[in-house]
Amino acid sequence: MILNILIWTAIGIGLFFNTLGVVGILRFPDVYTRLHADTKATTFGSIFTSLAVILYAAAHYFKTQDGQYATLALHAIIAVVVLAITNATAAHAIARAAHRRGHKPVQAVCDRLEEHNQP
Amino acid sequence: MSPWIFTASIMAALMLLAMVRMVKGPTSADRLVALDSINTLVVASMIVLAAAFRQVVFVDVAIVYALLSYVGALFIAKYLGGEL
Repeated sequence: MILNILIWTAIGIGLFFNTLGVVGILRFPDVYTRLHADTKATTFGSIFTSLAVILYAAAHYFKTQDGQYATLALHAIIAVVVLAITNATAAHAIARAAHRRGHKPVQAVCDRLEEHNQP
Repeated sequence: MSPWIFTASIMAALMLLAMVRMVKGPTSADRLVALDSINTLVVASMIVLAAAFRQVVFVDVAIVYALLSYVGALFIAKYLGGEL
């Protein structure tokens, strides 16, 4: 009963933040704000939906002592760590590529990075 | 209804919505952002489907997919930035 409440809470938080990220990339005006909305919200939401799977697998492992559930929980933890590291790095690379390509933020009045790169 | 199937179907709908930005996107960087978001959602839904079908191998596929899609997004970003 408590396990079900915890799992549904984690799934609700995760789906809410995933939805916010996708609505962000549909509604925001330029590539930097889309990246800002999408990367952080989607990473947070995916961590929470995976946390629901980890809770489910850990609870079933302690109930049945079946090694399959322990494997599921451990591999889900590894996948979450990989996801958190690679998302942040890929977002940094995308923002750097967009700036090098010459995309300016909408309504920007100055570009300090450009001034810094051309002394 | 099982919570895992429910979560996976909502995430599939979100992937379709992100694909709208990938088709419409005015610049190629916007398309890359949408691709990155779809990759994250695919990894998360693979972990959820592993719990739905009780197949541990889905999570291993999710780990490999996360690493390979990271390399792909990194190289597309390098190409867009003119560094390749």
